[in-house]
Amino acid sequence: MSKILIIADHDGSNLNAATAKCVACANQIAGAEIHVAIFAEDGSAVAAQASALDAVSKVLKVDNPANKSPLAAVIAPQVTAIAAGYTHVFGASTTFGKDLMPRVAALLGVNQISDLMEVVDAHTFKRPIYAGNAIVTVESPADQITVATVRTASFTASGQGGSATIEFAAVTAAIPTHTRYIELKAGKSDRPDLQTASTVVSGGRALGSAEKFQLIYDLADALGAGVGASRAAVDAGYVPNELQVGQTGKIIAPELYIAIGISGAIQHITGIKDAGTIVAINKDEDAPIFEIADIGLVGDLFSVVPELQAALK
Amino acid sequence: MDKILVGLKRVVDYNVRVRVKSDGSGVDIEGAKMSINPFDEIALEEALRIKERGEASEVIVVSIGPSEAQQQLRTGLAMGADRAILIETGETIDALTGAKILLEVVKKESPDLVIVGKQAIDNDNNQTAQMLAALWDRPQATFASKVEFSDGVAKVTREVDVGLETIEIDLPAVISADLRLNEPRYVKLPDIMKAKKKPLEQIPVADLGIEIGEQIKEVKFEAPAQRQKGIVVQDVAGLVAALKDKGLL
Ligand SMILES: Cc1cc2nc3c(=O)[nH]c(=O)nc-3n(C[C@H](O)[C@H](O)[C@H](O)COP(=O)(O)OP(=O)(O)OC[C@H]3O[C@@H](n4cnc5c(N)ncnc54)[C@H](O)[C@@H]3O)c2cc1C
Repeated sequence: MSKILIIADHDGSNLNAATAKCVACANQIAGAEIHVAIFAEDGSAVAAQASALDAVSKVLKVDNPANKSPLAAVIAPQVTAIAAGYTHVFGASTTFGKDLMPRVAALLGVNQISDLMEVVDAHTFKRPIYAGNAIVTVESPADQITVATVRTASFTASGQGGSATIEFAAVTAAIPTHTRYIELKAGKSDRPDLQTASTVVSGGRALGSAEKFQLIYDLADALGAGVGASRAAVDAGYVPNELQVGQTGKIIAPELYIAIGISGAIQHITGIKDAGTIVAINKDEDAPIFEIADIGLVGDLFSVVPELQAALK
Repeated sequence: MDKILVGLKRVVDYNVRVRVKSDGSGVDIEGAKMSINPFDEIALEEALRIKERGEASEVIVVSIGPSEAQQQLRTGLAMGADRAILIETGETIDALTGAKILLEVVKKESPDLVIVGKQAIDNDNNQTAQMLAALWDRPQATFASKVEFSDGVAKVTREVDVGLETIEIDLPAVISADLRLNEPRYVKLPDIMKAKKKPLEQIPVADLGIEIGEQIKEVKFEAPAQRQKGIVVQDVAGLVAALKDKGLL
C-alpha cells in the first residue's frame, strides 16, 4: 500500500493552495494513506489548515526555530529523517518545492520525477518535457521511495471537509548553518493571486513601458482578475518577475486567460495550456497565439483595451 | 576565489519545435540544431563576469554527453572559459547520476563555486544544482537573478513565486542561474579561433567508476493534447458577446 508524505508549502501562517492540489494528486494513487508535514517555526496555524484537507489522515508538525525561513539546505535533512516508512514524498512544483525536493531526493539516493501531471498507477506517472511539446510516461522502481514535484495546474484542489490528527514530530537531523536567510521582497497586491485567480489578464512586450502596462492592470481590475506577463515584459522591467507566465515562470490554469500583445512563443503557451478559455488580442493576425486562442481579436491593443474597458462598465 | 566550474548541457536549440516519434518511442531530434542549454549559457556568462571583475581566476566548463558535446564546450571556450572537460557517454544520464558525475569533477577540481542553469530545456527537470549541492553537502542558491561576493560568502537574490528572496551562502557552493541573472555575450569570430587552442579534456564516463543506469524508466512518449483554434471576432462588441456566450462575463 502507498504511504505518501507531502511537504507543505506555506508562509508561516497560511497554507499555499498548491499543497491542496498536491494532496489531490496523491489521492489519485489508489488506497494511499496521505500525511502532510509542516516545517515551520510554529506550524500550528498551517497545521490546522492542512488537517482540514480531504484525504489527509495525519499532519506532522516539525517545529524548529531554524525552520522559520524556507531554506532547502535546512529543511531537506529533516525531510529525509522522517521519510523512512513512506513509499512516496511529494512537494508542489512551486519555487519552494522545486528548490527543496531534488535535494531531498539526492539525500535519499533516488531520482526525482519533476512536474508530475498525471497518475497512471502508484509507480507510473506522466510529465511534460521540451516545454510541454511532449509528454513522457515514467516508471519509478517499486522498491525505492518515489520523490516527485507535482504540476499543480493539472489537479483540482482537494476539498476541505477533513479532520486529520495533528502530531508533533521529533526530528533528529544535523541542520547546517552555511545557508542563511536575509530577506524576502514580496510584491504587494490586492489583486487575485496569479496562480489561483479564475481570470488572468496578461501583457507582453507590446505594452512598451511600465507606465503603459497600467492598461493591463486597469482591465484586470475591471474584471476582478489577476495579472500576468510574458518573459519579454518582465525582462524589459514593465512588471516584477513574479508575474511571468510560462515554462520558466508560473504554470496557471485560470477559467479565462486574456493575452494582450503577446506573440505566443511555445515557452509562454506551455504556462497556459490548461486555461479554460484563452482570448488573444494582437495586431498581427499571423501571431502564433491565435493558433491556440479560443477567441481572437486582431487589433491595436492601445485602442482595443480602452474600448473593452469602457464596454465593461 | 580561485576556480568556478560551470555545467554546459548540449540540448536541442530552443527555437526547434520537437515532435514525438509516431511509435511513441521517443522524441525525434534527428538533425535538429543543437546548442548550449540557454540557462547554462547564462551560468557561464555570470562566471565570466565574476572572473572579469577580478573575483575569480579560472573558469572551467564541464559537460556530460556524447563526443559531439565538444561543440558546445568549444562555444563556451569561445565565450571566454579557460578550459573544458567532457565526461563522455553515449547514454542518457538521469539527474542523480549527472550530479554524481559532477561531484567527481568537483572532487578533482575543488572549485569555490559551481554555477549551472536552473533547468535544461530538454527534460525540464530543474534538479542538477540541488542534487549536486546535496551530495557535496554544500549550500545551494537556486533560481539566482543576482549574485555578489565578499569574504567567502555569496549573497544571492533568488526569483521565487512571491517575489525576490535574498539568502547568504558560504563558499564553496552551488548556484543555479535564472533568466534574468544576465544577458549572455555573443561570440566573436576571433574568439572562436582562439578557443580551438584552449585545453579540452575528454574523460570516458567509465573512468569515474560510477554506475550508469536509469532508475526512472521512460516508457512512452506522446504528443500533448492540442488546443483547437477558436473563433476570430471582428471588434470589441464581438469579443464581449463571445465572452457572454461562454458565461465568462
Ligand atoms: C529558455 C527560455 C525560457 C523562456 N521562458 C519563458 C517564459 O516562461 N514565459 C514567456 O512568456 N517567455 C519565455 N521565453 C521567451 C519566449 O521565447 C518569447 O521570447 C517571449 O514569450 C516573447 O514575449 P512577448 O510575446 O511579449 O513578445 P514578442 O514575441 O515580441 O511579441 C509581441 C507581440 O505583440 C504584438 N503587438 C505589438 N504591438 C502591438 C499593439 N500595439 N497591439 C497589439 N499587439 C501588438 C506583436 O504582433 C507580437 O505578436 C523563454 C525563452 C527561452 C529561451
